[in-house]
Order: sequence, then structure tokens, then C-alpha cells
Amino acid sequence: MGAPAPILLHVDETMSTIQASAGRRRTRRRGTRLQRRQTRLAWMMLAPALAVVAFVAIYPLGQTIYQSFTNQQFLAGIEPTRFVGLENYREVVRDSFFRDAVVVTIKFTVITVLFEFVLGMIIALVVNSGFKGRGVMRAVMLVPWAIPTVISAQMWKWMYDDVFGVLNDGLMRLHIISEPVAWISQPSTALWAVAAVDIWKTTPFVALLLLAGLQVIPSELYEAADVDGVSKWHQFWRITMPLLQPAILVTLIFRTLDALRVFDIFYVFFGSRLDTQTMAVYDQNTIVSIGDVGYGAAVSVAIFLIIGLFVVIYVTFMRVEQQ
Amino acid sequence: MSTVAERALRAEARPRIRRRVRRRRVRRFVRRLPFYALIALIFFYAVFPFYWAIRSAFTPDGDLFRTPVQYVPTDPTLTNFREVLSSGEFQRALLNSTIVAGSVTLMALAIGALAGYALGRFRFRGRSATLYLMLSMTTFPQIAILGALYTMINRFGLFNSLGALIFSYMIFTLPFTVWVLTSFMRALPRDLEEAAYVDGASPLQTFYRVMLPLVAPGLVTAGLLAFIAAWNEFLYALSFTQTTDKHTVPVAITTFTGKSGSTFQIPWGQIMAATVVVTLPLIVATLVLQRRILAGLTAGAVKG
Amino acid sequence: MKRIAVLVATGLIGLLALVVSLGGAAAGSAGPAAQERSAAVVRPPAVPNARAIRAKYRGKSITLVGDNAVGSSHKRDLLLVAKFTRDTGIKVKLIPHPQASDAAYAQLARNFSSKSSSIDVMMLDVVWPGAFAPYLVNLKPRLAKEAKKHAQGIIQNNTVGGRLIAMPWFGDFGILYYRTDLLRKYGYRNPPKTWAELGTMARRIQNGERPSNASFYGYVYQGNAYEGLTCNVLEWLASSGGGNLIDGGKATIDNPKAVSMLNLQRSWVGNITPRGVTSYQEEDARNAFASGNAAFLRNWPYAYSANQDTPVKGKFDVTVLPHGAGAPSVGTVGGWQLGVSKFSKNIPAAIELVRYLTSPAVQRFDAIYNSNVPTIPAVARDRAVVRTNPYLKPEIAKVKRVTRPSRYLKGRYNQGSQIIYQGVNQILNGQDAKNVLPSVEQRLNRLLR
Repeated sequence: MGAPAPILLHVDETMSTIQASAGRRRTRRRGTRLQRRQTRLAWMMLAPALAVVAFVAIYPLGQTIYQSFTNQQFLAGIEPTRFVGLENYREVVRDSFFRDAVVVTIKFTVITVLFEFVLGMIIALVVNSGFKGRGVMRAVMLVPWAIPTVISAQMWKWMYDDVFGVLNDGLMRLHIISEPVAWISQPSTALWAVAAVDIWKTTPFVALLLLAGLQVIPSELYEAADVDGVSKWHQFWRITMPLLQPAILVTLIFRTLDALRVFDIFYVFFGSRLDTQTMAVYDQNTIVSIGDVGYGAAVSVAIFLIIGLFVVIYVTFMRVEQQ
Repeated sequence: MSTVAERALRAEARPRIRRRVRRRRVRRFVRRLPFYALIALIFFYAVFPFYWAIRSAFTPDGDLFRTPVQYVPTDPTLTNFREVLSSGEFQRALLNSTIVAGSVTLMALAIGALAGYALGRFRFRGRSATLYLMLSMTTFPQIAILGALYTMINRFGLFNSLGALIFSYMIFTLPFTVWVLTSFMRALPRDLEEAAYVDGASPLQTFYRVMLPLVAPGLVTAGLLAFIAAWNEFLYALSFTQTTDKHTVPVAITTFTGKSGSTFQIPWGQIMAATVVVTLPLIVATLVLQRRILAGLTAGAVKG
Repeated sequence: MKRIAVLVATGLIGLLALVVSLGGAAAGSAGPAAQERSAAVVRPPAVPNARAIRAKYRGKSITLVGDNAVGSSHKRDLLLVAKFTRDTGIKVKLIPHPQASDAAYAQLARNFSSKSSSIDVMMLDVVWPGAFAPYLVNLKPRLAKEAKKHAQGIIQNNTVGGRLIAMPWFGDFGILYYRTDLLRKYGYRNPPKTWAELGTMARRIQNGERPSNASFYGYVYQGNAYEGLTCNVLEWLASSGGGNLIDGGKATIDNPKAVSMLNLQRSWVGNITPRGVTSYQEEDARNAFASGNAAFLRNWPYAYSANQDTPVKGKFDVTVLPHGAGAPSVGTVGGWQLGVSKFSKNIPAAIELVRYLTSPAVQRFDAIYNSNVPTIPAVARDRAVVRTNPYLKPEIAKVKRVTRPSRYLKGRYNQGSQIIYQGVNQILNGQDAKNVLPSVEQRLNRLLR
């Protein structure tokens, strides 16, 4: 994952912030001198952060948008840079490779978010319960997450090796398969192979977020339900799930957005193989290997818009939920 | 607390109760078997890859590239480790990663704490908009600005330098650091702050002397996460560094070609040795600091 | 809080100490010893005119981007560089280039586009001169005499707009490696001459070997989506009447013979070729062959000496690749050149390094030490060279060489090659060639416009 999802300690915090910005603006108060001084101070303290964001993110984004209207090349010698208007964007819409990349990315996102959520929920429930080994469980589960993604990818790639890999060897010894399977090469297993790595790596993180949400639920509720003779299963669905909803929502949002941006594992596993390119891999390949910066910028903008779309969908959904 | 009578009663009933409890325990165990099996499976899924990396790191190349596969190395060797660690490149990569991740974390914390104080303790117009902006920056796709960043980095003459990485890593570390620290700041009680004002402290003094120490767990949590994120980063490290003396650990591991002397180029033994060397301290740090991480996570849950 | 900080600090210090101590302890490990042994066989030649060079350029530092850091190729680089430094006093820093050709290209592209002076001399694949010409120094003024000794075909390939922008370092062409012991075991006297024969022999050998080795396959090659696949595709097509990918400026890859050849290869994947072949690059394929898990391997000549230290030593030989009906056997031209960056701060010193590395004496050393194909005809005829490099025997060395279409695609070669190898990779992974090739041809033609 390119960046970790922020730890949302106050799930309600997120909700209320978004609510507040969605609410009506309160009438402006001229305010006392103290108020104005406070405001000025606040902006001064915010200035460094805003400057960094503007410089490192907003400005390059602007430049990307500008580049997307040109035919700029990586190696300047190939063609002089000139304005090409919407040509690049028209090409993006027609580009079947990009479309395939988007499909691959979405498939990957659905698979990983689903599995990570289910597994993460199980682990969170286990750790939250009085289960004896839970301290070890909790420690162990943090570990895959702390390791650089490319390193995990290398570890798993070696395990998946079609001649010397332990997965094939183990499955053959157990007589589940009769000859080695090329997990990475075969199109039918490729996406699952790479998803398994991401699930391995990120489930702990999901579990942690859900655990934080679980620990807020007061145990009296469960005790009361026990007294009333409600089964554990019903307790889960009637008490846990509803109260966990904010945490679940937030977890899903950030996992989805992370999965949509996936690059590292796919790069290590597949390189520039066509049927397993994600949006980010396709973009990087366009800019660096092919060297078409202008077109790559248009693809970048397209990716930005797609991710933005998901953000909007989620935020709307959350606002509706609040109502 | 039990009274004398109750204690006496219990002493009598003890053997009977013990037998009953034992039987109940056994039954509970049997009922929970599928549960335990699931736990065991999850445990296996989580831990086996590490075992395999460690096993491969200790296996000599000749045995590594042989079928059928050995599950426990029959002839364990330290050669892979020796070759990896004596490779100046890898040591350099470790140093580079530490420098970059450390610098980025410190900068993000410094800037983020200040911003967090402003956003968490002051009321002003545009506050929620700024928070909203920071939140949306955490979803920023790094790939989208790869080309533009590349141009900028060239223009500043930072290409193939650690500075390029420190610069670009701020994109994904700063926004969420601000976010986390804002939450922490907001949760703090007002009394200490007000007391400081009454004593005549300026806002900056208050920030430095009162708020920062109070929010220390948040700093540790945010710092930890920023460090790990910077350590892990691959895309920018791959794109903005050129020569092996500027590689960070993730790039070094993917371009690892091992020392001369190995016949099989993809030196899995050495790659796994490098993996073990890199992940062991991370594992130790995570295990040592896991309480801190979890405490940080749940601290905010208790409303101040 | 303080306790945690102390703990973390101690841990980090401990780690650093461990790293440093292990690093120091390993200083005299296996590497150099192995080098001594092989170097005793052949030593890198002295630098001609060393004293004059030393007088002018002693103390200068230059960086050479050299061969993959694997086995003998890297060792060769280290030996040559060490000898050069010893003789001339010019400090040469050696950086192995990334394994995959496209990654190596990207590395150089980034270097040139940022006008960086961090690389002085670099290895250039035979298909790159067109793309990098604007950034390379013209070597004709200083190396014209030396250039005349090399095969003129390659010199022409390296001359763009009248400027000689790279000197040939070593050649390469695709050949077939085969297991002599297995051929004998299954009653074959000669290696296969046609693709059909290869198929039959591979199947028979594989069926025989499978009971004792579940990972054995008949035929392996480079099927990953990268430049190496383009080389294989060119060989398949040119040797079966399917054209040369691009002929006379137009893409010709979509034709019936090409379709049937690629579909034949597709049918072999999962049968006599492992499914994993679509992830294989040079070393993966060589691994499979060298560990005894394959009967036939297509690879470059370097694999000949690389296989000497493996279980198949003494059990394999080389020949030309098979051909189809009515077409000759071919080998794709590979090979690497050496160029000097225009942004280098030590161009004269860099040129001296190039002069040394491309001299006949060093080519002879390369050929004997690392089985690199010489680009100087005189060296290729040298008896000692031919003895250690069986593929230089006339019957193999005279195979028709085919070149990839870099002269048509020029600066866009990378993109064109990607179109080809991505398409064929899909075919090998199961798609029908007649569905894939039309769009490949269409995209190539758009590039050529």
C-alpha cells in the first residue's frame, strides 16, 4: 500500500467533521480582537502544513493537468513538445489497455477488500474475546503489515515459484495437485495469487481498525444480552454489527482507496504483462518505459478522477447514513 | 469479598466442583475445536511465509534450486547472510532508508503537531474546510503526479538524491499526521491550557510546554506510522533514484542481484537473507511497540 | 515514554553493530577466492599505451554501467575494470545494470533526461542507438581506426546521422542448447532440425523423464512480457516464413505463417513447455535447463559458460535453432555496445576505457573467459576462442542473423517492442494468435506513421 490509511481514533470525529462541513454555515461574527488574533495565530501555525501540501501535491497536480494537454516525451530528443488539446483524453477513452487495467484494479479491489474485511472481522472478534492466546495473536498479526510490500511480494513470489516453490511442493505432497501450477503465469490464477499476498499483508491492519471499534462497545450490552438468553450469533448481528458500523464504513473506505492505488505487488509479480496491469502500473509504464509523459499525464488525471469518484460515493453514503 | 461462611462452604464443595469444572472444560474445548482450528489456520497463514523466508535464507544455493523441496535445510549455511551483509550496497540501502524515513517522520511530526494544535484547539473560519482538505489528501494517488514530480525534482537538481525522496514522501505522511494529531489535540481537556494562559504563557509556549507533552502518545503513534510508510515506499524510490548508492531498501531488494560467485542469477537465497535482515528489526520493533500502537488506537476512543 | 525510547534506541544501536560486524567479518569471503581460480586460466590483457594515459588522466573517476551482476559476466567486468584502474590510475566505479533490458533502458533514459553526470560509460543494447543518439558522444574522431576492425554491420547499426555513438562490445545471437545425454538415452543421434522435430523429441524425452521428475519439461525459452520475448518471436517467425515483424517500414506480423507458428508455441505451453514460461527471462529459463529440468533451451551464448558450474556440465551442447518448412534457421542479433554520455565530466578518460574494453585483446579475453561473442572477425577466428566457444564453429556461427526492427521504430523502439511482446505473451497464455495479431499489427503501424 502506498500510504497507510489514517488511524481513525475517533470514528465519530470523522463523521462529525464531514457533517459540520455539510451543515449550514453559521452567520459570520465579526468577533473580538482576541478572536481575530486567535484566527491569525491559527493560520500562521497551519501555514507550514498548507505550504507543504500546496507545493508537494497541488502544484504537481496542476502541472500534470497541464502536461496532459501536450505531447511531452521523456526523452526530449524524440519529438518537440507542443500543445495537443484534448487529443490525449480522446485516446484515453479509446484505450482498451487502460480499460482492462481499470477492470483488473476493480476486480482486485473487490476481492481483497472482501476477504480482508471478513478475515479482519474474525481476528478482531477473536482478539477482543477472552481467548487465551490473544496477546500472541495480536502481536503476530501486526507483523506482516509492518514489512515493506515489495519484500512481502518477493517472499511470496519465491513461494509461488513453479519449479522450486514450496506451495507447489506442499500441494503435490498432499496430493491436492499432480503437477506444479504456475500460479503467477497462468491468467486464471494470477489475480488470486497476488490478492493472497495483499490479504496476508493488510488483514492485520483491518483487524486493528475493527478492534478499535469493538473495544468501544460497552460489555454491559453483551452481559445484558447473555442474561436475556440471546445466542452469540444474534448478539453479533444485533449488537456488534450496528454499533460497529461507523468503524466498518471508515475501514472499507480507506481499504478501497488503498486497493485502487495498488502498484508495488503487481510490479514485482508481473512487470509489464498485459492482462495483469493495474491503473498505476499502466501509468508508470507509460511515463517511464514508453516515455510518453503527455499521454501518461492524461492517464494520471483519469486515475485521479476515478479515485475521486469513489471518494464522493463513499462520502455521500456516509452522509446519508448519518441522517 | 467472600465471608468466612462462604469460604468454608466452598472448601467442602471443592473436589466435586473441580470434577464438574473439568468435565465442562473438556466439553467446551471440544465444542470450540473448529474455532481453534480456524485460529491455527490463520496463524499458519500469517507465520509460514516468514518461516519460509528464514529457511530459504539459511539454505545454500545448490539445495535451494533443487526439487523436491527441503522443508528444513539439511545443510544450513550463513553464506547468504554473509554475502548480503558484506555487500556494501545493502548496508548503504539500510542507511538510506533510515535517513529518509527518519527525516520524513521528524518533519511530518513537527509540521503536523503545529497544524494539529491549530486545527484542534482553535475555532476559525475555514477550519473544517482545511480538515476536509487534509482528509482528502490522504486518498491522493501518488502515481498521478509521478511525471510532474520528476520534472520538479530535475529542476531543483535533486534527481538521484535522498532529498528527492524526503521531499516527495511528505505527500503521504503529512496529511494523515495532521489528521491524527488533530484528533489527539482535540481530545485533550481544556483546563491545563487555560491555566497556562492565565499564567501568561503565549500560545506557542503553551503548545511547546503543555500540549506537546500531553499529546505524546499521539506523536509516537503518528510517528511510527509515518516511519513505516516512508520505509515501505517503493514507487518514488524506484523512479527518483538512479545509482545503487542512493537506493532505499525496497528498491535494493527488487534489484538485488547478489554477489558474483553465484551461478543462478535470481539469488533467492540472498534475497531471502536480505528480507530476514530487514524484517527482523521491524518485527522486534512492532512487538515491542505494539502496546503503544494499540494504546494509541484506543486512547482516542475514550472521550476526553 | 522514556523507557520505550531507550528500548528502541538500544535496539537500533544493536542492529547497527550487528550489521557492521557481520559486514566486516565477511570482508574476505568466497567471492574473491572464486575469482582467483578462474582468473588463473585467463588474465585480462594489459592496457596498451597505459603510461601515456596515466600521465594525462590519472586520478580521474568514471562510472561504468556494466553487465548483470551475475556469475561470470560481472566477474569479467570486475577483472577488466580492476586491470584498467591498476594500469592507468583512472578510478572506475562499476555499477551493474538492471537485469531486464527494459529496466536498463529506463535507467539510462532517466539518466539522460535529467542530464545527470553520474554515468560516464554505459552498456547499450543493440536496439538502443536510435533512441539515445542525441545524448552520446561521437566516437569517430578518436576511435575510427579501432572501429574498422569490427564487423561493419554492427558499426553501421551504431552510426546514427553520421556519428558513431557506440563501439561494439560483444555480439549475441540466439542458439539452441540441448541435453546430449538425454538425446542419446532416447535414441536420437542429432539435435532437431525443424520445429516439428523439436516438438516430437521434446515430447518423447519429457514423457520418459516425467516418472522420475515431475518438474521436467521438454522445451524452455524466454516467454516473459519483456524484450527477450521479442527476440524469441523474431526467431520463430523468421525461421518459418512469417516475416521479420516489420518489413520495409510496414508491420507484417499478422500473416498466416506467423499465426500458425505462434499457435504452435501456444499449444506447447502446458504440454512440453511449462506454463511458467510466460514469466521466464534468460536466467529463469537457464535455471530450469541447468538444474536438469529441461531438454531444450533457447538462450544466448553466455549461458554456455554459465552452465559449466551446474549439474548439467558436460551433458549439453549447442546448435542452431530449428527452422520451419521452406525457411532457414536464424538467430536474433543481440549484443551490447559501449557508449559515452555527453554529460560526463571526464569524456577523454571515458573514451580511453571504451578503447580498452573494445580492443581485440580484451575481446579475446571476453570470449574465452565469459563465452561472449566477439564482434571482431579476426578474434572470432582465433583457435583458442573457437575451442572454448563451440557456437563459434562455422556451422553455427554462419547462421543467418536477423535484426529487430529498431531502425524503423527508432526512438519509439521500446514502445513498439512492448506492443509485440505484450501481444505474444497473451498468445502464450492462451489467446488465439489470429485474434491478437491484427491489433498488434495495427498498433505497430500507427507507431510507424
